[in-house]
Amino acid sequence: MKHWAIWLPLAMFGVLFAVFASGLLAPADRTIASQMIGKPLPAFDLPQAVPDRPAVSLANFTDGKPRLLNVFASWCVPCVAEAPYLAQLANAGVEINGVAIRDRQPDVAAFLLRNGNPYARIGADDVSKIQFDLGSSGVPETFVIDGKGIITYQHIGDIRPEHVSMILQKLKEAQ
Amino acid sequence: MIRGIILLLLALLAPPLAAQDTLPPAPYAYKQLDDPVKEKAAQDLMMTLRCLTCQSQSIADSDAPMAGDMRNQVRARIAAGEDPEAIRAWLIERYGDWVSYRPQVTAMTWPLFAAPVVLLLLAAVIARKRFGREKAAGAKTARGKS
Repeated sequence: MKHWAIWLPLAMFGVLFAVFASGLLAPADRTIASQMIGKPLPAFDLPQAVPDRPAVSLANFTDGKPRLLNVFASWCVPCVAEAPYLAQLANAGVEINGVAIRDRQPDVAAFLLRNGNPYARIGADDVSKIQFDLGSSGVPETFVIDGKGIITYQHIGDIRPEHVSMILQKLKEAQ
Repeated sequence: MIRGIILLLLALLAPPLAAQDTLPPAPYAYKQLDDPVKEKAAQDLMMTLRCLTCQSQSIADSDAPMAGDMRNQVRARIAAGEDPEAIRAWLIERYGDWVSYRPQVTAMTWPLFAAPVVLLLLAAVIARKRFGREKAAGAKTARGKS
């Protein structure tokens, strides 16, 4: 055996140590990005979630105007946190269509009464089907849909103040 | 004392404070299909699909509402006669390879499948060389001794 080769096991240990240490120090990103970006929104037709907002279907996303599709729920805590920033987007002229996931009508109504109602339309999805259509894995998530029904952007988690201008920009790009 | 214990036991029954919906589970989340053959196909598929909420469990193992909704999708689609692999492909199209526990051979993963074959072949070649040499060397020493 060559002289240098006796250091090989130590070097291999060093490499493995570095791999495990980096894994421990920087845990993997566990968010699941949708693979549907750039693809058309699959057909769906959801019933009304509350009496004072119309229902949502694919047809509401294909009239040429970019919109947001926001999945939320009255039982979802971060959805309360993002409500003021959705309202800010709505005030800026953005049309937001919401889908309430696994929710009851009185609960949605109470949620909107408490946190404001930025939605133009709200559909009710009792079996999370729209999430499987969108490649969404939780609530809240917000999708930018261009005027032809193509999904152009996915925002995972609640919208925070620093995201508002970015989302407005994404909507402009979708035009 | 006893009242304390009873209170503690009651606390165990209290619903967790974490955000959870109050809707009943989707129709097929906890209900098996009537046809045992189809239920078996659904079960086999559900064991190899990853839960999106609790990411180290299969949807067959998870009690997360979203896993229940995924089981509902799987069972409903299998009941409608859809092929299990088509359902897997439908989910992979949306969530990526990540959602399936069964590795697929793709442009990125083929080395994983090729590596064992290559290593085995390499080992066979090395072993042949080494043992062949030893045999030849052994024959030489044997001749030298005689």
